[in-house]
Amino acid sequence: MMATELVSISNAESFNVRGVENLAKYIFSRLGYMLVTFLVIATFTFFLMQTLPGSPFNDEKLSDSQKERLYEKYGLDKPLPLQYITYMGNIAKGDLGVSFQYDGRPVTNIIGERIGASAVLGAQSLLLGCVIGLFLGIIAAIKHNTSIDYIAMIISVIGLSVPNFVFAGILQYWVGVKLKWLPVAFWEGFEYSILPTISLSVFVIATIARYMRAEMLEVLGQDYIVTAKAKGLGSFSIVMKHSLRNAAIPIITILGPMTVTLLTGTLVIEKIFSVPGLGEQFVKSIMTNDFSVIMGTTLFYSILFIGIVLIVDLLYGFIDPRIRLSGRTK
Amino acid sequence: MEKILDVRNLNVSFDTYAGTVQAVRGVSFYLNKGETLAIVGESGSGKSVTAKSLMKLIPNPPGRISDGEILFEGKNLTTFSEKQMQNIRGSAISMIFQDPMTSLNPTMTVGKQIMESILIHQALPKKIAREKAIDLLKMVGILNAEKRFSDYPHQFSGGMRQRVNIAMAVACNPKILIADEPTTALDVTIQAQILELLKILQKKMGTSIIFITHDLGVVANIADRVAVMYAGKIVEIGTVDEIFYNPKHPYTWGLLGAMPNTNYYGEELVTIPGTPPDLLSPPEGDAFAARNKYAMKIDFQIEPPMYKVSETHYAATWLLHEKAPKDILPDFQKKIKRSLGNEKSIRNISNSNGKKEKLLEIKNLKRYFPGSKKQVIKAVDGLSFEIYRGETFGLVGESGCGKSTTGRIISRLYTATEGEVLYNNENIFKKKSDSEIKKLHQKIQMIFQDPYSALNPRLTVVDIIAEGMDIHGLYSDKKERMNRVYELLETVGLNREHGNRYPHEFSGGQRQRIGIARALAVNPEFIIADEPISALDVSIQAQVVNLMKKLQKETGLTYLFIAHDLSMVKYISDRIGVMYRGKIVELAESDELYNNPLHPYTKSLLSAIPVPDPLMERKRKRIVYDEGNAWRDKEEEPVLREIKEGHWVACTNQEYQKYQKESDVI
Amino acid sequence: MHVENKEVTDEMFLPAKFSKTSEEISRPTFTYWQDVWSRFRLNKVAFIGLILILLILLLAIFGPLANKYGSDEQNLTRANLPPKIPILEKIPWLGFNGVDIKGKDVYKEKGVSDYFWFGTDNLGRDLWTRVWEGTRISLYIAFLAAAIDLIIGVSYGGISAYYGGKIDNIMQRVIEVLVGIPQLIVVILLILVLRPGIISITVAMVITGWVGMARVVRGQILKLKEQEYVMASKTLGAKNNRIIWKHLIPNTMGPIIITTMFTIPTAIFTEAFLSFIGLGLQPPVASLGTLINEGYKLLQVYPHMLTFSAIIISLIMISFNLVGDGLRDALDPKMRK
Repeated sequence: MMATELVSISNAESFNVRGVENLAKYIFSRLGYMLVTFLVIATFTFFLMQTLPGSPFNDEKLSDSQKERLYEKYGLDKPLPLQYITYMGNIAKGDLGVSFQYDGRPVTNIIGERIGASAVLGAQSLLLGCVIGLFLGIIAAIKHNTSIDYIAMIISVIGLSVPNFVFAGILQYWVGVKLKWLPVAFWEGFEYSILPTISLSVFVIATIARYMRAEMLEVLGQDYIVTAKAKGLGSFSIVMKHSLRNAAIPIITILGPMTVTLLTGTLVIEKIFSVPGLGEQFVKSIMTNDFSVIMGTTLFYSILFIGIVLIVDLLYGFIDPRIRLSGRTK
Repeated sequence: MEKILDVRNLNVSFDTYAGTVQAVRGVSFYLNKGETLAIVGESGSGKSVTAKSLMKLIPNPPGRISDGEILFEGKNLTTFSEKQMQNIRGSAISMIFQDPMTSLNPTMTVGKQIMESILIHQALPKKIAREKAIDLLKMVGILNAEKRFSDYPHQFSGGMRQRVNIAMAVACNPKILIADEPTTALDVTIQAQILELLKILQKKMGTSIIFITHDLGVVANIADRVAVMYAGKIVEIGTVDEIFYNPKHPYTWGLLGAMPNTNYYGEELVTIPGTPPDLLSPPEGDAFAARNKYAMKIDFQIEPPMYKVSETHYAATWLLHEKAPKDILPDFQKKIKRSLGNEKSIRNISNSNGKKEKLLEIKNLKRYFPGSKKQVIKAVDGLSFEIYRGETFGLVGESGCGKSTTGRIISRLYTATEGEVLYNNENIFKKKSDSEIKKLHQKIQMIFQDPYSALNPRLTVVDIIAEGMDIHGLYSDKKERMNRVYELLETVGLNREHGNRYPHEFSGGQRQRIGIARALAVNPEFIIADEPISALDVSIQAQVVNLMKKLQKETGLTYLFIAHDLSMVKYISDRIGVMYRGKIVELAESDELYNNPLHPYTKSLLSAIPVPDPLMERKRKRIVYDEGNAWRDKEEEPVLREIKEGHWVACTNQEYQKYQKESDVI
Repeated sequence: MHVENKEVTDEMFLPAKFSKTSEEISRPTFTYWQDVWSRFRLNKVAFIGLILILLILLLAIFGPLANKYGSDEQNLTRANLPPKIPILEKIPWLGFNGVDIKGKDVYKEKGVSDYFWFGTDNLGRDLWTRVWEGTRISLYIAFLAAAIDLIIGVSYGGISAYYGGKIDNIMQRVIEVLVGIPQLIVVILLILVLRPGIISITVAMVITGWVGMARVVRGQILKLKEQEYVMASKTLGAKNNRIIWKHLIPNTMGPIIITTMFTIPTAIFTEAFLSFIGLGLQPPVASLGTLINEGYKLLQVYPHMLTFSAIIISLIMISFNLVGDGLRDALDPKMRK
């Protein structure tokens, strides 16, 4: 080859695969943060329990037998540092305490029983939201500055702004009460989940549509899109092969905060539609001052959230070759 | 010659909120088979838009081809549908772009991106396409092609990425290759490699190339014919020799005069005053008239037609009309005659009147930055040199060599990891009282690279210029402050009305001059100019360089001129230090360095700068500096040694003997 | 090639007289904020948002004074009245004619001759007064939370970025941990301990809310520190004070304002959300959140009790989001020439 003589200088760059090492380092640092964050939350919860009236540590409305059992179990007669250690140990074992309202049922039991409905609701909303949101965002970006774009953005702003309990109210009143198309409460089959799912997914749709549109516009303005066009690719192939992947990678990062919003959403939406999920239980526990259930659920939510953020982070690192291969964040 | 492309009266306009911008206004040219046509012009001249229109890559809206024909092998591309264009793009006509860092898809392997080109246009099985892609990678000079096939773009350096882009563009043996400033973002030595690669490929494949650039040196290196664009029009077109040695349009005169020729020392560079017109409302008559010092009344009234100078040479200027005065000889012509084909020249040394007073002394300076994974980046690594009062010291080197870091250490923006910086024999990093530090800051000033980030967008020009005076309390009342600012504005060629305006209202060159005024406001002795002109167009560069020279003559300033553009550095500097990997490898008076370079890196650097002189470019041989080889058999660390008076080279003892012999011969 | 239509005379080939025109700028001068404002005004949607915000603010301040009823004046003889407004009552489909969802005129039935513009609640309290007072409280909490977020966030982010190095490193680790904590959890736990009230709700929101602002400010200042005009100021001998006040703060205002514009609706939502799960303000104080919560209980019979507070909270959120978007576009440096 004629040209190879030219290149002797640039041979010095031997980037190659330090990648695996970098990815491992990345995972470890994320795991580290996850652990510290969880410790902070658990510690925070522990000290809050100390100050709350009606918690096992402040025993104004407990029966004597309950008290005895608790004292024994949590070593409440021991000094504070020891209590703390016992508490953390229990959490590590997966023991989140017992409920007072339900006569000593373990909190983990209650969570296990209630989580199903919430999970179905959350998964359905996320799925519906992602599909519609991505679709709206992509269409809006491709048809930038046309009426389709404007309509998609109006939907998005309204979806972001109008609180989900207002949406739920509108749906419940018009679709449920006035038109009587769908049941407005309880959880006895798929049709019961439609209205709560829609109410929950509005925010997801709006957020994803907005981000996807912005990312797509950004990507479509990049030089490599012009390069692809100059190669002779049609606009459909450009969108499918060059734009979608690059635009979707940053979208993954908002999935973490998104699940928090979904969690928040389940609290109100489950209450409004009387869905027997964890959120509804949580609100009920707040109303009835069932502190050990509140604390247990709180910890459970935290673990869930931290875990999801971790998965999202790892997924992001794995999908983007710039991070996967060199450990760089963008 | 067979015409492969014939562009007739091409018009491209963009619809913006402010109105319609006529970016290209009636451009006509043709392209012969196998030749290279360069289109030169400053930013905003419409050269890139012209290039993109040929492949109908102008985003629509807002852009559209409003008139004209693009005849490719006799077929008019303007009437082609998008579908038809897709068949042309990448197969018959292909394109490479300016910035190799952004023109590849970051999440697709380079191999796949090249294969894509092949698969769209040729019905080949994937396996064969893959083999072909690997062959292409080899052809553009990427070693280990089989392995690198599945690497991602971020694993390649800028020059390598541009090679990948080229591989992608030539994948289907295009008849025309459009290169839109393909080397602007690269260092000179890499630029030289890419230019050479393009020439080799052209010879092999018989491709015609349209090469868009603003750099006349590159044009002289690569072009067979040249079209000069200004304000959306071609003002002059001809063979490369005709344009360089017998230009007819005053704008071409200006461009050639504004480029310092490494073999020429004039008192001043030719400048083109002012800035290009706003194409929202192009001026009546000749768009260049307002900046043309030879302008006649007719230039402001009627657009000049294209006059024929020879079969291949046309120019659009009224100066070629029979009634125009014939006695105009542009000043730059003297320069061309003197330098024509001359490889060496002697400078009339004017400002070395014997006594030299050390103003700045740098001793074994080091600056390390923490890198990733416990590595240190040795930005500056054992640097030593001196600067004498009243001189201009040029510091050159490619990106990442540590030249800017050096400037920032001297101005105390960064601290040194090790070593000393003595200013007037005092170490600037020794513990000092606040007032001593303040004094030092007053004496050492800095001019920055990016005219857009160098001025705070929230302050008026008056407040920007007066900032130093405010800090040092250099005035007794408001009136004195204003007067001084007005004085400075006039010094840098602006007027007092500009004082109340905000930075975004100025052009790049004007902003750079405001930055100079800010530095001058505190009456400094020593100015560090960190790439002050690299972001500016050629004609604007000359304005800034001339201003700096004028100021030096009037006030005896000392400059440290940091740049990567060696021709400008040579023009402005008395002495030059060449930096490589944080060290000085060679230091000498400008002429000595250019006429008698000793260090292989300097030699390769010098051989890589394209000179705006086609005859010379044809004669030149490029020298490649292979760092690995150069260091392999060295037993001792090279140190700076004086080969002859004032000429220092980093070398081992053995090399020292060799260099001395070499320099004796000359 | 060009066809000449003007006549070419000898006189035209004389040298032209030069005026030094090329350095002149003809455009009138604008300060930075005038420029932003002129771009913002062009954005009609955002401009409407701004007007809505101003209108709602005015009504929240002066609305309750517009009629004679107090927000806590109970009167069961006029309970559950639908809205009725003079003049508008003549257009039946608007729903301001005092007729309830079953189609009977409740005012006539109960013998009430007064007009209750937004109707009354189940205790006979005037909803117009209650809704605007609730809006006032909600906005108050939101503005207070946003202001405290701003103070803490700007100082934290500013210090972290400006001093850099080790300080920045430690401060960033703290933020990384805080970001990992879901805000909802902290807010709920704190309210449980502190008991709901204007101050406790505000504090609970601020405890994790400032992190966003701190990140924005840090990012912006890190970017600005690399700007050459900041370096120029340093080489001129400027002290920290001058650099912070003259260069860094003015150029950070844009992102700060935008972030605040998005903090306010979030705070309003969070307050309403807390009311909804039973951790809201306690009676007699009412906010938009508590009003919505009350309205929900009677949604199927008296939808008007929910309608107005729901519309207003939605309008506030939409307006702030629109203004925030508009400001972001107007401040976007990419748009600047």
